[in-house]
Amino acid sequence: MNYFTPEIETAPREKLRELQSERLRKMVRRCYNNVPFYKRKFDEIGLKPEDIQSIDDIVKLPFTVKQDLRDNYPYGMFAVGRDKLVRIHASSGTTGKQTVVGYTKEDLHAWAEGAARAIVAAGGSANDFIHVSYGYGLFTGGLGLHDGAELLGAIAIPVSSGNTKRQVQILQDFQSDILCCTPSYAMFIGETLREMGIKPDEIPLRAGIFGAEAWSENMRLEIEKALGIKAYDIYGLSEIAGPGVSYECSEQTGMHVCEDHFFPEIIDPETLKPLPDGEYGELVFTCIGKEALPLVRYRTRDISCLTRETCSCGRTLVKMKKPRGRSDDMLIIRGVNVFPSQVEHVILELGMEPNYQIIVERENNLDAMTVCIEMSERMFSDEISGIAAAEKRIASAMLSTLGVGAKVRLLEPHALPRSEGKAVRVVDKRKI
Amino acid sequence: MEIMQISIFAENRPGRLAELTEKIASLGIDVRALSLADSADYGVLRLIVAEPEKALACLRAAQLMATGTPVLGVAVNDAPGGFATVVRVLADANISVEYAYAFLTPTTGKAGVILRVKDNAAAAAALQLAKIELLGQEQIF
Repeated sequence: MNYFTPEIETAPREKLRELQSERLRKMVRRCYNNVPFYKRKFDEIGLKPEDIQSIDDIVKLPFTVKQDLRDNYPYGMFAVGRDKLVRIHASSGTTGKQTVVGYTKEDLHAWAEGAARAIVAAGGSANDFIHVSYGYGLFTGGLGLHDGAELLGAIAIPVSSGNTKRQVQILQDFQSDILCCTPSYAMFIGETLREMGIKPDEIPLRAGIFGAEAWSENMRLEIEKALGIKAYDIYGLSEIAGPGVSYECSEQTGMHVCEDHFFPEIIDPETLKPLPDGEYGELVFTCIGKEALPLVRYRTRDISCLTRETCSCGRTLVKMKKPRGRSDDMLIIRGVNVFPSQVEHVILELGMEPNYQIIVERENNLDAMTVCIEMSERMFSDEISGIAAAEKRIASAMLSTLGVGAKVRLLEPHALPRSEGKAVRVVDKRKI
Repeated sequence: MEIMQISIFAENRPGRLAELTEKIASLGIDVRALSLADSADYGVLRLIVAEPEKALACLRAAQLMATGTPVLGVAVNDAPGGFATVVRVLADANISVEYAYAFLTPTTGKAGVILRVKDNAAAAAALQLAKIELLGQEQIF
């Protein structure tokens, strides 16, 4: 067995608890002293930093939700000044308002450590070429795995996403050992490989680390077959760090959480009470080691469960199950966050009536988004080519705003059901 | 000498054309000529009707996506080469035909053709010069 940080990954539970308790105590003090938002929240419930002595006291702390980040946009929740910050990332948000996250040098190190643990758990070593096909940019995917690879001492190939034939060529020519991207992109690369007449055993690739979107066991098998590799899951969200918050080992029965930095809890989303191990509920993280953005009991909206059974890989870190889905309105399409309001924004900008519906399906294991829009005077034409041009205009505006392609389907006026309350804007037919 | 054509948007799904044409019938719209153009997902039903303005208002009131487009109607000899003559005149005048469809007129010995071109005035001038008979709304009904 091989570990990146064996002293943590295989630490006795008691030692881990001590570390967590110490980090939580310090974190609560930092939050109270440096983040006015938390000082106010703690004061409201009469909580003093010294009330938090051990990790068990975490249940006394208030929750943090995404809206808090939006309300304090962009830097209001940061606990450090510009002098300590070294990196900013952001997740795509509703029209214009993104969720902004920041990192200190230490934070980046902790995150990279998580990603490096994931690479090692997937069988990677300092001698491997790590082919990173996640997008590089404000999205945490690309740089997250990249930094993890470098910290490990492996060789990062920063391919970023897109240009799939070139991806295949690099897989072949650069001898990539481990591929990192979204599962749906891995499928697409696999398809491209087949179309180019290349057999999976003609590329040296051994493993893949896939995350940033929900994927099924079936899809894992498909990817493994298409690329001739073993496929591993990785989990992360920018608010906490990015990919590497938790990762799969060879046993593949859940993802080990880097609980030395990110302490997980499962709560009942209705009562907000903690749930015992093995029960599904909302996943909550406390960034006990983070300096820049030390979120307290952040509600991820992901539905998962925790297990502490002994793992055959030797790691003692708690495992979380693949999240079952999200409870809020955000859609994750091929790893990209899409909000219905962004679609609406595009439609309105093109001067059309906002009568639309988003249909998400899984086609050949790839997320496919169709935006159904009712035909309006503005795009109608007596010529098919005129309508097709309007269709194309909408599709390209969608792509540039959402960052992910959508099929456009034009409907007759009043084809969509009208609602007096909240319109049904999203029909998600994906079955994970 | 333009004729007002009515175009209706229709989704491509089984039974939709039947529903649509039944709707047109129930609105009492008298159709003289029609053509259906389609893509994989939708089609455009084009109609030449009596009282197009009134028909258009009725269709819109029935929540259909309908629009009016001025097109040309010509009478061609119901004999081999009849339509070819018309197209040749337009080609020589550098006018391209977007689409066309034919129908029978009450006028014996002649067929009617609806022509959709970009520039109706230029096309009409070229056709008149070639002594091709243009049809107005009143000649069709």
